[in-house]
Amino acid sequence: MKPEKALIFELSRPGRIAYSLPECDVPEVDPSAVIPVGHLRSEPAALPEVYEVDVIRHYTELSRRNFGVDNGFYPLGSCTMKYNPKINEDVAKFPGFAKIHPYQPEESIQGALEMLYTLQNDLAALTGMDQVTLQPAAGAHGEWTGLMLIRAYHESRGEGRTKVIVPDSSHGTNPASATVAGFETVTLPSDARGMVDLEALRQAVGPDTAALMLTNPNTLGLFEERIEDIARIVHDAGGLLYYDGANSNAIMGIARPGDMGFDVVHLNLHKTMSTPHGGGGPGAGPVGVKSKLAPFLPKPVVGLHPDGTFYWDEDRPQSIGRVKSFYGNFGILVRAYAYIRTYGPEGLRRVSEIAVLNANYMMHRLAPYFDVPYPGVCKHEFVLSGKNLKSAYGVRTLDVAKRLLDFGYHPPTVYFPLNVEECIMIEPTETESKETLDAFIDAMIQIAGEAASDPQLVLNAPYTTAVKRLDEATAARKPVLNCSC
Amino acid sequence: MKHRYLPLTKQDEAAMLNAVGADSIERLFADIPASVRFQGVLPMSSAHDEPSLLKHMRDLSGRNADADRFASFLGAGIYDHHIPVVIQHVISRSEFYTAYTPYQPEISQGELQAIFEFQSYICELTGLPVANASMYDGATALAEAAALASGASRRKRIVVSRTVHPEAREILRTSARGLGLEVTEVGFLDGVTDLEALEAAIDESTAAVLVQTPNFFGCLENVRAIEPLIHSRGGLLVVSVNPLSLGLLEAPGKLGADVVVGDAQPLGIPMSLGGPTCGFFAVTEALMRKIPGRIVGQTADRDGKRGFVLTLQAREQHIRREKATSNICSNQALLALCASVYMSVMGKQGMQEVARLNLNKAHYAAGRFPAGTKVFGAPFFNEFVLKLPEGATVKELNARLLGAGYIGGYDLGAAYPELAGHVLVAVTERRTKEEIDGFVREWEAWL
Repeated sequence: MKPEKALIFELSRPGRIAYSLPECDVPEVDPSAVIPVGHLRSEPAALPEVYEVDVIRHYTELSRRNFGVDNGFYPLGSCTMKYNPKINEDVAKFPGFAKIHPYQPEESIQGALEMLYTLQNDLAALTGMDQVTLQPAAGAHGEWTGLMLIRAYHESRGEGRTKVIVPDSSHGTNPASATVAGFETVTLPSDARGMVDLEALRQAVGPDTAALMLTNPNTLGLFEERIEDIARIVHDAGGLLYYDGANSNAIMGIARPGDMGFDVVHLNLHKTMSTPHGGGGPGAGPVGVKSKLAPFLPKPVVGLHPDGTFYWDEDRPQSIGRVKSFYGNFGILVRAYAYIRTYGPEGLRRVSEIAVLNANYMMHRLAPYFDVPYPGVCKHEFVLSGKNLKSAYGVRTLDVAKRLLDFGYHPPTVYFPLNVEECIMIEPTETESKETLDAFIDAMIQIAGEAASDPQLVLNAPYTTAVKRLDEATAARKPVLNCSC
Repeated sequence: MKHRYLPLTKQDEAAMLNAVGADSIERLFADIPASVRFQGVLPMSSAHDEPSLLKHMRDLSGRNADADRFASFLGAGIYDHHIPVVIQHVISRSEFYTAYTPYQPEISQGELQAIFEFQSYICELTGLPVANASMYDGATALAEAAALASGASRRKRIVVSRTVHPEAREILRTSARGLGLEVTEVGFLDGVTDLEALEAAIDESTAAVLVQTPNFFGCLENVRAIEPLIHSRGGLLVVSVNPLSLGLLEAPGKLGADVVVGDAQPLGIPMSLGGPTCGFFAVTEALMRKIPGRIVGQTADRDGKRGFVLTLQAREQHIRREKATSNICSNQALLALCASVYMSVMGKQGMQEVARLNLNKAHYAAGRFPAGTKVFGAPFFNEFVLKLPEGATVKELNARLLGAGYIGGYDLGAAYPELAGHVLVAVTERRTKEEIDGFVREWEAWL
């Protein structure tokens, strides 16, 4: 059992330093001579006093208590935890990318602007859209941006459409984004096959429908086969179609949202385009639109002058305005650009093919041991239900997830989507080998067996981690949110 | 095709298809109607091998004027500070950067503890008791603060000073449209918020006053004087700060701020054309359950051992869906880690010292320009505004400076028409006396 890890504040010893700053080579000013005393800090921030070795060992130890894609298989459904290529990390650190200022003259950042311009076009091609903004910082941010575009579009036509329709299997961000963009949410039930219920959709749409938000393949990993009918129903009612790109890893070069009838798309570059999740961020959530929505895009976008130079196009009178400081998460965009260049169009298509093959292979091998609520062909991910283990042995999906930790895996997404009981959502991605998939499958089968033969073994898991199951109820009831040193 | 990230062999493919009962991969896409299938090849450049990709990226990178080769006097929200070398080593640990949000706390204690320490650092700097795990950036954090204030006070009016970063105000306006908030801007006098105008703008329907200090012109706002104006009307005081200045300047929490936000970029985060950076967000105890974003809390495991978890999740979109007051789902964990390592390295002494260096360098530089060039009289930290002679443009000046190896200041004319011909200059601890003197010489020679 690993001992408790000290907080960095607990390592502090007065007088130690870990910094090296230049001597002051200009005349010093007395702060109280240039700043009124009431503005000056009355006592210094109680930051720790440590030396450089403390810093390195502290964070190295913390890193050893963390699990990333480089540590092992991470089949977290809907999150596309693929390998994060190292060349992307290296190129993003080039000084010409990492050490440039957003307000530098355009002529001094032509390389960066060319990269952004090309990426705008690449993402437009990939999604079948006409124009792209790279500004949104994350998927949820892209959703909100897209909905604000839809709002501006309807308003420009004198239509006050107030409702956004989302399926009950949608990501929680979909309805939350709709609310923050000033819309009411209408939740649509799925049919028995896990698809959009067309009859319910027909009933739901009307003159107040602003948009339908959809992932396709949906969060169950199923392709909405009747997408063209869905598009027709929404468009005939005067609404627009919003594509949540969380599941784009299934269809690159195979089917494009723009060709399915979607009007607005966001992509999660930290999923599909391999940029690292960073422990929760940063990501990037570019938004693509059909030309009728392009005038409303956040400003600026990158433009190309006839003389071959690139510029910030700020002259967009109908723009919804800014959604993010400066030009979005540029460092992430560099990585995504490098990723696209690494594969090219045929490679990206191959990525999706293998992602889908891997998911189908896992689903078929696990089907004899777990309940498969939606059998048939899946796309890049699939869902299992742990309801049989729960009813037969009292072993919940959460327990299966915790037991997987002892086998050295990050568990799948659990309890999402909400419309599947005891849901286990598995997304292998294309960068995992058959041996890795087989070993994980074997672990799942073993755990299903343990649930039957020795349920306590599963209920008390994990055993091998830095800490055991944590008391989350007390954490929320009596919050301790900082170390109050 | 063979590719270094893709392990599937022909034998694997055959065996897996066999297990699935499909005769080809194509069969797995039979559920996609032919009418929406993409035919042909995506119009983008073909695959690059590793050496040619490196060369291509070096070429693109090399066509940008970077702060290693040019002495930068540009700030306006993004600053060229020294980044301690250990930061890059820590955030390059792939256990950190290849992890997802710490949903499985047993194998995410490293990230969770790092965020807990980040929250603790932000509390120390800002003087408030509760901080979240971070936001996209300082500007979106300010817009979220307005939303929080509206929700907490059940009021719809936001009063914001024009000395707040112009882009932050643009984002505020965009998001206010979605939330149905009314935004009123208040002007400035001698570089700081016009307090009389501010007082006149506040009424009983005002949810919050939003100010920034040091403000966009580098001047310090009189937060002590602003505080009673809003609190006497029952609204909240939201203060946006440069965290590096807090090594020297009073913690806004001690001046009565209810919400303190800002961008952690000055704390060890590369400029990177302005992103990704990391917003921070701190509130009073009373607002703890209304704060947006992820929060990490301390708890214990089954053996009583200290551990950390994501907590207070009842606030968040994945639980509340359409009833959520914010849609934020991620944080900027890796950049929060940068900022944490920065504060660990700087520590109690270093944070004061680096702030003093900025103060010294900026005041030295400001004093080197001819009398009358610097326009505002208010106290300032590491940025100040200069006025060019009639007829001179900042664009021409900056082109000249670029030719001489300097990145010039920010042209205020675009965001403030009344300040056409004015430039905002930043001087950080990275600028040497020689660079400052050279910059001033070049400036004078051009004039």
